[in-house]
Amino acid sequence: MDITLPVKRLIKKFQGKQRTLFISLIGGMTGVLLFDNCKINTMDFNISKTQTLFRQMIREFAEKEVKPLAAEVDELERFPIETVEKMAKIGLMGIPIPVKYGGAGGDNLLYAMAVEELSRACGTTGVIVSAHTSLCAAPILEFGNEDQKQKYLPGLASGKIIGAFGLTEPNAGTDASAQQTTAIVTEGGYILNGSKIFITNAEYAGVYIIMAMTDKSKGTKGISAFIVEKETKGFSIGKKEKKMGIRGSATCELIFENCFIPSQQLLGKVGDGFSIAMKTLDGGRIGIAAQALGLAQGALTETVKYVKERKQFGKPLSAFQNTQFQLADMETKVQAARMLVYKAAWKKSQGISYSADAAMAKLYAAEIAMEVTTKAVQLHGGYGYTREYPIERMMRDAKITEIYEGTSEVQRMVISAMLLK
Amino acid sequence: MITMKIIVCIKQVPDTTEIKINPVTGTLIREGVPSIINPDDKGGLELALQLKESHNAHVTVLTMGPTQADAVLREAFAMGVDRAILLTDKKFAGADTLATSSALAGALRNLEYDLIITGRQAIDGDTAQVGPQVAELLDLPQVSYLENLEIKPNNTFLLKKQTEEGYQLLEAEAPLLVTVLASAFKPRYMNVKGIVEAYNKEVEIWGFDNITVDEENLGLKGSPTKVDKAFAKGIKGAGEVYEMDPEEAVGMIMRKLKEKYII
Amino acid sequence: MELTQYKDIYVFAEQREGIIQGVTLELLGKARSLADTLGEKVVAILAGYQISSKAQELISAGADKVIVADHIELKDYLTEPYAQTLNQVITEFKPSVLLIGATTIGRDLGPRLSARVKTGLTADCTKLEIAEAGHLLMTRPAFGGNLMATIVCKDHRPQMATVRPGVMKKFETDTTRTGEVILLKVNFDRNKFRVRLIETVKEGKGKIDITEARILISGGRGVGMDGMPKLIELATTLGAEVSASRALVDAGVVTHERQVGQTGKTVRPDLYFACGISGAIQHLAGMEESDFIVAINKDKSAPIFQISDLGIVGDVNKIIPLLNERLKK
Repeated sequence: MDITLPVKRLIKKFQGKQRTLFISLIGGMTGVLLFDNCKINTMDFNISKTQTLFRQMIREFAEKEVKPLAAEVDELERFPIETVEKMAKIGLMGIPIPVKYGGAGGDNLLYAMAVEELSRACGTTGVIVSAHTSLCAAPILEFGNEDQKQKYLPGLASGKIIGAFGLTEPNAGTDASAQQTTAIVTEGGYILNGSKIFITNAEYAGVYIIMAMTDKSKGTKGISAFIVEKETKGFSIGKKEKKMGIRGSATCELIFENCFIPSQQLLGKVGDGFSIAMKTLDGGRIGIAAQALGLAQGALTETVKYVKERKQFGKPLSAFQNTQFQLADMETKVQAARMLVYKAAWKKSQGISYSADAAMAKLYAAEIAMEVTTKAVQLHGGYGYTREYPIERMMRDAKITEIYEGTSEVQRMVISAMLLK
Repeated sequence: MITMKIIVCIKQVPDTTEIKINPVTGTLIREGVPSIINPDDKGGLELALQLKESHNAHVTVLTMGPTQADAVLREAFAMGVDRAILLTDKKFAGADTLATSSALAGALRNLEYDLIITGRQAIDGDTAQVGPQVAELLDLPQVSYLENLEIKPNNTFLLKKQTEEGYQLLEAEAPLLVTVLASAFKPRYMNVKGIVEAYNKEVEIWGFDNITVDEENLGLKGSPTKVDKAFAKGIKGAGEVYEMDPEEAVGMIMRKLKEKYII
Repeated sequence: MELTQYKDIYVFAEQREGIIQGVTLELLGKARSLADTLGEKVVAILAGYQISSKAQELISAGADKVIVADHIELKDYLTEPYAQTLNQVITEFKPSVLLIGATTIGRDLGPRLSARVKTGLTADCTKLEIAEAGHLLMTRPAFGGNLMATIVCKDHRPQMATVRPGVMKKFETDTTRTGEVILLKVNFDRNKFRVRLIETVKEGKGKIDITEARILISGGRGVGMDGMPKLIELATTLGAEVSASRALVDAGVVTHERQVGQTGKTVRPDLYFACGISGAIQHLAGMEESDFIVAINKDKSAPIFQISDLGIVGDVNKIIPLLNERLKK
């Protein structure tokens, strides 16, 4: 079929000067479209000047303020509250939150870079920011009403209040829909009963996003999301987990015993909870992917430095091809992970659907982080196994990235679902 | 209400702690060396920003350099300054410290200030001369090695100056020039919001036509000192190892110490 | 500027509370050798209050003449009175060279004065020589010490230079030397005295920070608890700071803030003495960027010798005390 036919018919309707004008118009529009197409066909792999300036700041901050504490935070399982205060002061606790709510008005790429650079120095510090931003501040920003945003975002963005997110329960891990925490309607609000486990930032957080079952008969559509404040009567912090890695991160049980939650603290509509949780985790995945990336990069950088100095058989380790080849593989994987993480962050900022991209980023970054940190310990030899070097901590920290905020298996489910739609 | 106008002079310098020597040619490797705000100048920015917070001061940052120096002005914006000026012109090229000071003084003559802050010395030139020279050219009182500054109720500055044995307390009125040490004022980090907005702000570009100074005091022509030659210090490899008795060993060490002017 | 009118090597004699500072004597020593090369004289400028009696000390240290500016306004150093005094000396006496110690006073005065006189100033010179053409060659470090530059000030006078304490050598004190003492009548423009000195405070040494030390004497397992006192003595003699490898910190011989290495501090002093330190990789990481490394160890295969500039295979417990003795002389 001649696609120019309708255009030709239209042109025939005009006579003389009008026809000339019309043809020029069509020609001009086509030209603009073609030209525009050329612009759309470029891709810019550079980070902007603003992002470069940001990287400079966060790298220095991580080196000077975060790195010196990393070993102690891990050894003593200590939550680095003084670092949180320093980060709050310069706006790192509210990077992607709009200025009008007290945030820095940055984009998701700056946020991902922040978690990456912090994690490079200390995995614990990275996850504190990630959980606070993606899992608490973000859902309030995206799903809260104006009153809720005004009430909670300024405190969270300024870092005066730390945020947390409670979905996981003893019987609801990957099968998140099996919520047993209940929220029963009462006058003026809801009564919350139940418990959550493995909650990051617990005990230090002042605001928690909690998922609970409001109507069991409706399955996932019967789950609702609530904003729960720490001082709520009946809300207590239970057991603190002793973990393999990110040992400074507070990971605790939350216990709800007849907690009254005012209806103003229902997040979104009744029954929206599961959807809110899933969308929130999509964003959280970018944070964790960035954490994994940072851990991998940190381990790689340390290893490159070590193999140049360490001598065996009269040569530095870097002179052996085995070492060189392994490092080449590690570098390639870290770079690939970076591309995936940054792209997912970029897509989210652009408002483009990013769920599968975030899943791929998290899946890949976590798996290579485990691989790279393990190889890094191996290349450090015996010294790498001791706590004198930071490398064994990075390996222990990396493991959790394959598990929390959706295991690698869950990520595969998300990605294949997208492919096989 | 703005109670005080402060101008901070800063310089973009290569991070000399990162500079390496080419093991083959013995020359400096300058590529890939990051550019930073000179540490003492950053201390000066911190002092200015503290005064901005405590006394509602207006802070202008001024730098003389090539167009790349724009980067340090953006960093200064991200730390919280109000106004940024880049002083750049071919006529300034080849300047020694006196000619540099002449250019800066030329710009400062066209600005209002109660206090001018400079860093004590730059880590590339390492001379510590520009601050006092600018003060002389502008006929301003100066206090160098500033550790602390307070403003008394009658608008007199109370200044704490670091000396080898301790410190001195001095008093002076505005306008005044001070040189500060990085160690005395730990510079704040840029804040995220400041970074996000930094490249949206205007950096004013000033050239020879914007300043008040005699052209003969600028650039190579205005420089009484010139570099006769420059050379890198010896490259470090594994040095000599000697197996000798204590007497000889001590003699060897003493010779080396003398060579290095340690004794 | 008629350059031939300018003659002689002048030295600003820095005094604090009436005591001539060591750097002045070092500069007089250097000025002496420069003057001898040129066949000219060494002139010291002594500013202070009730200070004239110190003139002989300067003559004994190498000066041929001493210009004394004795005035109550010059009792304690302040920028303007001193700048005016020296400006007056330069205008009246026309020095070819003016040397100033790079102390907090010298670095405040030098640049101010050079801008007033509109001449060149070269700071922190490590070497001063006379070129064939008769002008001064001033060599100094730049770029954080990575580069050396030789500076000249051919068309302006005086040729000004500041020199750090401890760089030049003193002249052999000769109390039999005689010289001329000139009393200068200072003319002050008091309107320009705009800074007032309220108080001068002396403080003891604060917290130890080995990262700030120019010289570090560092001990390792080879030194042990018994050898440490000797290292401390050597450090005192050299005006250095003491540091150690992890072995000695773990053994409780030295506190953690003196530890150099992976889990300690990273240092880059001008001179690092590695005494009885094997040079395990964790230690190297903390000190390999030192400017000059002297290593003393019994074991000739110790890895420290791979990065040291001067390596001595020997008994550190014999070498250090002997070195200390020799230095004290």
